[in-house]
Amino acid sequence: MAEFKQADSVLEWFDQRLGVVKFAKVMMTEYWIPKNINFLWAMGVLLSVMFAILLVSGIFLLMYYKPDVNMAFDSVNYTIMQEVGYGWLFRHIHAVGASVIFLIIYIHMFTGIYYGSYKKGREMIWISGMILFMLFSAEGFSGYMLPWGQMSYWAAYVITEIFGGIPLIGGDLVVWIRGNFYVADSTLTRFFMLHVLLIPLGIIGAIVLHFYALRFPHVNNVDGEFFDFDKEAEKYMAGKHKESKVVPFWPVFLAKDFFVLGVFLVFFFYLVFFHYGFAMDPINFDKADGLKTPAHIYPEWYFLWSYEVLRGWFFPVGPLSGKDLGLLAFGFANAIFLVMPWLDRSPTVKPANQRPYFGIWFWLMIADLMVLTLFGKLPPTGPNAWVGFGASLTFLILFIALPFVTMAEAKKAKGK
Amino acid sequence: MKEFKILAVLVVLVGALYYGIEPYAHSVMHPEVAPANFAFDDLKNVDTSLKGNVENGKVLVEANCIACHAIETAGHLQIMSNVDAAAAYGVNPPDLTHSGRIYDKNFLANFIFNPVTAMKLEHKYPEGGAKAFPMPAYNWMQAQEIMDIVAYLQSIAPKVTEDKAGHEVTYKAACARCHSMQYAKLDATTPGDTLKTYLGVTPPDLSQHIKSRGEHYLHTFINDPQVLLAGTAMPRVGLSEKAQEEVIAYMEEIGDSKKAERESVGLWVMGYSVIFALLAYLWKRKIWKKVH
Ligand code: HEM
Repeated sequence: MAEFKQADSVLEWFDQRLGVVKFAKVMMTEYWIPKNINFLWAMGVLLSVMFAILLVSGIFLLMYYKPDVNMAFDSVNYTIMQEVGYGWLFRHIHAVGASVIFLIIYIHMFTGIYYGSYKKGREMIWISGMILFMLFSAEGFSGYMLPWGQMSYWAAYVITEIFGGIPLIGGDLVVWIRGNFYVADSTLTRFFMLHVLLIPLGIIGAIVLHFYALRFPHVNNVDGEFFDFDKEAEKYMAGKHKESKVVPFWPVFLAKDFFVLGVFLVFFFYLVFFHYGFAMDPINFDKADGLKTPAHIYPEWYFLWSYEVLRGWFFPVGPLSGKDLGLLAFGFANAIFLVMPWLDRSPTVKPANQRPYFGIWFWLMIADLMVLTLFGKLPPTGPNAWVGFGASLTFLILFIALPFVTMAEAKKAKGK
Repeated sequence: MKEFKILAVLVVLVGALYYGIEPYAHSVMHPEVAPANFAFDDLKNVDTSLKGNVENGKVLVEANCIACHAIETAGHLQIMSNVDAAAAYGVNPPDLTHSGRIYDKNFLANFIFNPVTAMKLEHKYPEGGAKAFPMPAYNWMQAQEIMDIVAYLQSIAPKVTEDKAGHEVTYKAACARCHSMQYAKLDATTPGDTLKTYLGVTPPDLSQHIKSRGEHYLHTFINDPQVLLAGTAMPRVGLSEKAQEEVIAYMEEIGDSKKAERESVGLWVMGYSVIFALLAYLWKRKIWKKVH
């Protein structure tokens, strides 16, 4: 062990023992971010803050929530919402936060796709991001069950039922997931465990992995430009701040993010206090009743597009029933974004508007996801069913076509 | 500025999405229906322009009503217990203390004339059907006599305060014979099993209806339940617009008791966020001046 001299300051005392000065440099003041970025690059920090907000508000809710089918509804709607001081505040923040974090996740994801930030060394950032997306989806779904309202119950019923379509094991799988033949107390308590323990642990792990994956390839920039970070960092440290292409994470990058965060929080808190209906569905203020099916069952807005991919297939094709086809399409839709880095066969890292074919593909994909989301909420009757089918089919075609579209684009770029 | 263009695209896309999955989807799932009608002018059996005589009304009420109805304010106390009354009639007959105030005058007069048509319960009690509504029709009375009764009931109805306590009185008189409200610790005065036999269903607990149905829906629904929920066991109760507003206010005071706190805290938190954003902007300008 090295010899210790008497520390002259608290900082030095900690530095001797934990190397905090070096740590702060590596993590903050000498962690380099390109200068050439816009506010879309603040979404990652917004997501980190939102996750922290969800964690803290969730811990407060956990102090009064009761995971039992006879008590859950009232523990939320009476005890937390009306009796506990500011309990309503934590619930509103948690419920609205859970919905809004998906908006930011989607913006973050599609920013990554638009600027091609998932390839040429950034594959692990993308994959860890998709793992986060899946974990957040599971977290959103399990959390929605907890207040044990009508939508909690019936969404849980419909979504767990989906697994019944898997050949051979489907029926047993549904029972295994629910812990009963129907959605029951056992279902509630196990999803409670998942929601407050296992999935959050996974999310924290995946966030660490995501941040770690950012270290080596570094964050992309608006032009997709590759440059030597070490050289640019040296320039910056030599005082040539204006000339260098990079800025340190702290304070420069975060200064901008804090501003974006501030604007976002005004919007977020407006929703929390004055406009929360989209995240706290009125139907969920009716206690769960397994004998009374609501007239309209729909998942939370962020699941609507994949729900519509599932629902779009409503007629049999050959030996496959509409349900089988829907399930296949649904499985495809949920897995396909994961392999995005390998579907894009073009080596170009550029924003979509500078890529002739990919640019068109990107906006078609966004338009299709919007149509899927809108029709995912509407009753699937009459022409709606056909629009859903068309949009679901378009989704499949778009992703099957992507490798060919990008190969053609690469060829065109080479020809020039 | 490029960043504003990006923001504009985001706002348009998110706005379109929001419009589609919230206001638009809800308008498709819950089409608008005829607005609430507090004139109850579909009921025309009694000429309600006649001026009633309170004295005569008192005599008529004592001869015709108090055998079944209590009128606490006039000294006619309830004779049977809630359980016995419910067993005898199917549902507890209401104490008439507040009836002159909470019911619309036109509705009340026509109700006395023929309760089943006034409450729009013909689908449950067809004329000559096996089941009869517990209260007989007083269609043999003269319009003048009915208006005398109405005038008497109006004259004895106590005023209530414009606050939660007052709203509770109206709510109890109007809804609490059939509906419980657990969050206000109020049980329906008719026992649950009797009610279920009488109505065919147990009426829902109203603790959270201000949230699950919302003010807009309740406004139309209470006024005429059959419009939004054809075939429902709930009768049209005939509350005046004012009494109905008091009932809904009470449902909000119980079901959304933190509303005022939420709205005032909300302004503070948003104000704080605006200040945070402004300070962050100034700081960002200062820092980025050095690197641009
Ligand atoms: C709560 C979840 C998440 C957190 C906290 C988070 C956080 C971050 C942070 C701080 C950054 C760096 C700054 C930035 O570009 O914003 C980042 C970058 C990135 N994230 Fe995430 N992220 C999350 C979810 C996701 C998801 C769901 C995806 C997509 C599958 C994703 C894909 C990416 C990509 C591709 C980058 C690199 C962007 C670039 O190089 O320009 N992340 N993330």
